[in-house]
Amino acid sequence: MNTEAVSLSPAGVKTAVVYADDYLNKLTGEKIERECRQRLDEGCTELIVDFSRTEIVNSIGVSILLGVIDSAANAGAKVVFSEVNENTAELFDMLGVSRHAKIVGQ
Amino acid sequence: MGQTKLLRIEDFKNPNFKELVENKNKLVHTFGALAELGHEVASRSNFQETIRTSLHLVLGSLGIMRGGVARYSRFEHELNMLAVRGLGDFFPLSLELCYEDERQFLTNGLHPIEISQASVLPFFQVYDRTFENTKLELFVPLVISDEAVGALFLGEKASGEPYTNYDREVICAMGRHIGSAIAQRNLLSEIERRSDENRKLYDDLKMTYADTVKAFAAAIDCKDKYTEGHSVRVGKYSEIIGNELGWDADKIEGAAVAGYLHDVGKLTVERKIINAPYRINAKESAELNKHPAVGFEILSPIHHPYTDVPLAAKYHHERLDGHGYPDGLYDRQIPYIAKVVNLADSFDAMTTDRPYRRRRPAADVFDDLQRNAGKQFAPEIVAAFFRGILKELNGEVKDKKFRKLLGREYMEADGLAVSLRTSLNSMTPTSSLTRIKAA
Ligand SMILES: [Fe+2]
Ligand SMILES: [Fe+2]
Repeated sequence: MNTEAVSLSPAGVKTAVVYADDYLNKLTGEKIERECRQRLDEGCTELIVDFSRTEIVNSIGVSILLGVIDSAANAGAKVVFSEVNENTAELFDMLGVSRHAKIVGQ
Repeated sequence: MGQTKLLRIEDFKNPNFKELVENKNKLVHTFGALAELGHEVASRSNFQETIRTSLHLVLGSLGIMRGGVARYSRFEHELNMLAVRGLGDFFPLSLELCYEDERQFLTNGLHPIEISQASVLPFFQVYDRTFENTKLELFVPLVISDEAVGALFLGEKASGEPYTNYDREVICAMGRHIGSAIAQRNLLSEIERRSDENRKLYDDLKMTYADTVKAFAAAIDCKDKYTEGHSVRVGKYSEIIGNELGWDADKIEGAAVAGYLHDVGKLTVERKIINAPYRINAKESAELNKHPAVGFEILSPIHHPYTDVPLAAKYHHERLDGHGYPDGLYDRQIPYIAKVVNLADSFDAMTTDRPYRRRRPAADVFDDLQRNAGKQFAPEIVAAFFRGILKELNGEVKDKKFRKLLGREYMEADGLAVSLRTSLNSMTPTSSLTRIKAA
């Protein structure tokens, strides 16, 4: 996983992009969660999780993303799931994940 | 899962097709999680990781925001958290149960309990605030084969909707997997604990046995005032030989015990025969020569942790050439341990003062042993014994056993090491039997 440098937009929103890749679906996916928490600790106010390289999201992936959502909510930050494919978007819809994060399709 | 429906052709003509498709996706997703959970539990990988993965799978399959898995300790009446997600830093690591709680959970079985409707139980009263603060909704006692092994704590669903019957079925199925994993782990810990206990018990027994053996040796040696400490020394020499023969620790210990007990039969021989300050007559000799057989009779009914201890007592006066007693056995008919003890016994007899003669000089004794290798003694056992002595003379061992047992001046006679090495080099490692034939 790599993280793009935190960028400061003109509006004063501090955004960090984290790539979900395919670690997400295993126990190793917890490091994405840690990465997000670190960004939040650094004062990031908008977390973008990029799914462009993520084919499928399984239950472990969902659980880890819910952890990201929870951390962001506690830090008062916004969460965006970007480049989400159709199947994954459907899954997020079905499980209510989309109520907590903005889903942006491919 | 009784609630789930399989899709049929006519379903596709159904106006609620979208809902059905969604149901199908849901099924695929939860079945995937269940399959993975089953696989994870069966994989017997690291227990902690299995539990953490299991929690992810439960939460992720139904979109549950937070939760935890606990293991139940029956002895401490505690639920110890094994994995938690989203419960914050203040959630307790262990939660206490009382008898009533445990009884109720067992009656309830592996089914989700709505926390908000369970306030009659002490458990939910005690942790009322904790559960409220962490937004926990369901508590699932993990009951496996009528035994509480743990619990699941589950928070709100991401969808904000209440748990459906379908959700509960999925949770039960997953709970059974997780419960089995915990039960399996408990069983393993129990087995480990018991084998630890057994090991300790065995060590204790061995110690008791060793003490008994030493007490016996002391009793045997006590009877013969001229050969005080004989059994103990024979035990030590046998141990040295076993060590030089490359035996494992247990076998070496067995050799020592065989040495300690080889003369146990003398306990029944009259004291005046044993202590006779002269060469005993034929009748007395016959009486004394019964001691190997008597020793065997004393030792056989006892269960020894090492084999051959009774046989060592019975045959420690046999000789390779068949001229020994009680049975006049030849070379390979003689148990190996008896040959070891025989050499140790003879060495001690030659190197200690007897009522009717002084001990012989070390060089003389070694010469005797070498000359009798292949006649009385097994040559490789003599060689092993020589190697052990040489190592001490050359300063290769810290514990100077021979010096302690025989005295410094006795063991450090001039040229002893050189003559020992010469003897050792001249001894051919051939079988003792072929030597006898050649002679
Ligand atoms: Fe004897
Ligand atoms: Fe003896």
